[in-house]
Amino acid sequence: MTKQEALYKYCLRLGDNALILGHRLSEMCSKAPFLEEDLALTNFALDMIGRAQAILKYAAEVEGKGRNEDLIAYRREEKEYYNHLITELPNGDFAHVIARQLYVSAFEYLFYTELQKSSDATLAAIAAKTVKEVKYHLQHVADWTVRLGDGTEESHARMQKAINDLWMFTGELFEMDETDNLLLKEGVAIDLIPLKAAWEKNISEIIGDATLVSPAGSYMQTGSRKGIHTEYMGHILSEMQYLQRAYPDASW
Amino acid sequence: MQAGNAIDAQEIYSLVSEIPDPEIPVITIQELGILRKVEFVNKTCIVTITPTYTACPAMGLLESQIKEVLKQYNIADVEVQLTYSPAWTTDWMNESAKKKLKDYGIAPPQHSSCSKFFATETVQCPRCNSKNTEMISRYGSTACKALYKCLMCKEPFEHFKCH
Repeated sequence: MTKQEALYKYCLRLGDNALILGHRLSEMCSKAPFLEEDLALTNFALDMIGRAQAILKYAAEVEGKGRNEDLIAYRREEKEYYNHLITELPNGDFAHVIARQLYVSAFEYLFYTELQKSSDATLAAIAAKTVKEVKYHLQHVADWTVRLGDGTEESHARMQKAINDLWMFTGELFEMDETDNLLLKEGVAIDLIPLKAAWEKNISEIIGDATLVSPAGSYMQTGSRKGIHTEYMGHILSEMQYLQRAYPDASW
Repeated sequence: MQAGNAIDAQEIYSLVSEIPDPEIPVITIQELGILRKVEFVNKTCIVTITPTYTACPAMGLLESQIKEVLKQYNIADVEVQLTYSPAWTTDWMNESAKKKLKDYGIAPPQHSSCSKFFATETVQCPRCNSKNTEMISRYGSTACKALYKCLMCKEPFEHFKCH
């Protein structure tokens, strides 16, 4: 693997994480418990799709085959996507939407804080913008986690179930592969191993404030670094890619 | 600035500085900090702008507005470039811009108050100046605003978030 190949793949991972979760959150439009939360979740989606656009545009430049961000986003096959499995899972109930966002935003806050130091100027610049947006996301979902966990009997039970159900998808956030290791030596990528302890500490504090019990399962589902996805990925892609597949190069 | 250009970069900067923000028309793109610089590279006028939020939907509109304004001065060779660095911050907004926001009914962002993680920001009501206000929603009509209400005069208002 060359540095260029690794950087392309790394950008796909970061871009795909934002693209797929952004799409999932956009599905919440008109389905949140009340209007203000509808605004919040669709704003999360907007931030993520903006981030995906910036990163996938850079991926296209790194690839150097004359493609643009739209072709990268909408014309790849399932196994060429490297988003974390947690981002593609269906929304489920509101507690699941919040739990997934808590795990992801807490990770992204630490990740993009570090990525600001990347030797790659484009990634560092995108990280500096992203970290501000993600911080606001995290404040919002941490607040919701406490509100639901320390809420009614039913909201508590649902929130506990959601954090338990999604726990096994958190291990792969910190997986280092050949791509990470190669780019880490170049100062481009960041070391995910030390982030894990900081993430666990932050999560357990929020979960504690929410009067919930930290999940303890040790089995972790992985696959996304190799492009292996859950059964939900094909469905999300068929919806996202329909227009570009049916009418290639459509524009307006 | 280059010899041979009828109008220099500084003058073009002044012209495009007047363009109002598409979503908050009381302040200009220069006051908001979106307009970063104007320069000539060969004969091409390059106008550099930065989005407030990564997904700011106004960027495409601004590009056409900038070209439209410059076209009136017969400057057609214009390229609008987008930069992410340095990351946009509300700290770039000066006191006069903040006053315009307040007069328009939007509580302006406070300087650098966004550094603390769970800091509760005291937001002053733009109508009656009371600090006895509360947040209704973290998100509002645009990415850069949150919804508040004043507990004194009972009016709801928007707050331009510190970013």
